Amino acid sequence: MRCLLALALLALQPAHAAAPAAVSGTPVPDTLQQRIAACTACHGIHGGGSSGSGFFPRLAGKPAAYLARQLADFQDGLRHYAPMEYTVRGLSPAYLREIADYFAAQQVPYARSPLPSLPARTLQRGEQLVMQGDPARGVPACSRCHGSQLTGVQPDIPGLVGLPCDYISAQLGAWRTHTRATVAPDCMAEVAGRLGPSDITAVAAWLSSRELPADMHAQPAGSVQPPLRCGVLAGNASGT
Amino acid sequence: MKRWWQRGILVLLLCGAVLLGWRLFVADRLHPANAAQRQAEAAKLRDPALVARGAYLATVGDCAACHTARGGRRYAGGRVLATPFGDLSTPNITPDPDTGIGRLRFADFWRALHQGRGRHGEPLYPVFSYTSFTRVTRDDAWAIFAYLKSLPPVRQPNREPALSFPYNVRSSLLAWRALYFRPGVYRPDPARSAEWNRGAYLVQGLGHCGECHTPRNAWGAMEEKRRLVGGSLPAQEWYAPGLGTQPGGGLAGWSGQDIVDLLKTGESSKGAAFGPMADVVRNSTQYMSDADLRAVATYLRALPARGPAPVPAAFARAAGHVQGGELYAQQCAACHGKQGEGVPGIYPPLDGNGAVTEPSAADAVRSVLLGGFAPTTVGDPRPYSMPPFAQQLSDDEVAAVVNYIRQSWSNRAGAVWPAEVGRLRHTPVD
Repeated sequence: MRCLLALALLALQPAHAAAPAAVSGTPVPDTLQQRIAACTACHGIHGGGSSGSGFFPRLAGKPAAYLARQLADFQDGLRHYAPMEYTVRGLSPAYLREIADYFAAQQVPYARSPLPSLPARTLQRGEQLVMQGDPARGVPACSRCHGSQLTGVQPDIPGLVGLPCDYISAQLGAWRTHTRATVAPDCMAEVAGRLGPSDITAVAAWLSSRELPADMHAQPAGSVQPPLRCGVLAGNASGT
Repeated sequence: MKRWWQRGILVLLLCGAVLLGWRLFVADRLHPANAAQRQAEAAKLRDPALVARGAYLATVGDCAACHTARGGRRYAGGRVLATPFGDLSTPNITPDPDTGIGRLRFADFWRALHQGRGRHGEPLYPVFSYTSFTRVTRDDAWAIFAYLKSLPPVRQPNREPALSFPYNVRSSLLAWRALYFRPGVYRPDPARSAEWNRGAYLVQGLGHCGECHTPRNAWGAMEEKRRLVGGSLPAQEWYAPGLGTQPGGGLAGWSGQDIVDLLKTGESSKGAAFGPMADVVRNSTQYMSDADLRAVATYLRALPARGPAPVPAAFARAAGHVQGGELYAQQCAACHGKQGEGVPGIYPPLDGNGAVTEPSAADAVRSVLLGGFAPTTVGDPRPYSMPPFAQQLSDDEVAAVVNYIRQSWSNRAGAVWPAEVGRLRHTPVD
């Protein structure tokens, strides 16, 4: 429905088709890319993000509904990062969705980021948590939701491979401290809260050290049965 | 003997308490005349035409902006407003009987809006802009009240104000009110046109534009003699420009159409709405009728000229002017033009833009740091945007480029120091 709305809005744009020119310069391109300079200045023209630390995360190729949800969460004060909250505060859901669709459709090669040197048993713990979970702590395997290849699942669940170690570590920390949250029931906050003190390092290190699968696209909708009830999945009836 | 007296006094006190309680909580509901009045009022408030008019007026007044928490239910309150005197959480104005306005009657609403007094006569804190809303007519207040009563009730308890002493003593407001608050519905000026009067009514009353655009004194009261000449937003570090279009005004050189365009779409050929004004356009003014927008423009265009803005005594091009010019050429000129001319309706001009040259450099500095989009509106559903430069430019560089912009072309504004940029960098955005 939102896609249709965005298309409808695109179709209603002829009045803007010939953008006025700066008195001294060339005409301003009437493209979404030009309109969203506030986004691309940090995340890159094609949403590749900043290489290395991942301080400005990659957006390219992430599932569209996931990206749109993040923008709404920044707007609603559920996810906190002041520059993002300010940037998106005045934008309509239709426009946010169009921006999310733009970045979801971008194809950018994945870059490997620097790996921390950690003892083998930390990486083993990481692999165990990601692939099997930790039943004693009530932590499900990451793959239960994020897909067997950990490349995410359409349309709401992001991939976990191809992300920098620092980024994963920072996000899991943010879920624990509630500076990153989403609509209830907030299953990621629950999972992050159940991790042990050194588990975040272990998970982040193992995920970021993993060889990338040949196909980095998110798996099709319905290919996982999440073990927790998740507010972000409510619209897809996949929460149980 | 003594004990007998003590018991007697106790019994009398108890009887008194019961009588008082009955008077306060029961008598009012048992009184048949009251019940009839209540029914008549309820019937009036259900009139769909009145409710529809109230919906429009509540939008013009932007009631939801303060009475809705971020991500919260509309009109259910809970937004925390920071003031120099402490934080206040806005109340729930949905018709929930226990936590909202469900039990209030029109007389209570009118007392709040017009007199700034609560249900029991207590003076309200003027963060609720009754200093402006007192101009609203009784008919319009009926419509707004009918609309609020028609909303779905939301159960959300109100939070107590967190004010510092002595502002937490409500009676301290009585002195403030005696000095700074004159209740009174807007009285049309017969010497002016109907359109001007409509504009004045909207700007001074329901639109409560002066609450931001009129400077405040040390006690937080609007300086009525300097109405709409521009002011700092308390505790928010934004500056609301003057609204005069005559020479020396914050909107100098704006046509009526420019004003209408900005309020309707968030953009005009002279400037774009940003910061708190972007929220006002998105939530309120874009929905105003063309006739009302034109009336506002007519009123603002008639505000008195203030003479050319005096060039600050300390005006001298800041030391980093050359560096600022280089940064401008690299980072800004592609959109805003080499001569700060902008692109009409897309990128605001910087030359002669009142939001650039206003007394405070805060808006210019924060715009460079934060960038951002013009608001999404019906008239401009996919606005263009400006990149944030907070991560890219140092405090020295931001100061240099802002000083260059404020002191180039026809602009003659005061300089900003890097330390001020550093402070504004850490100012919360909400």
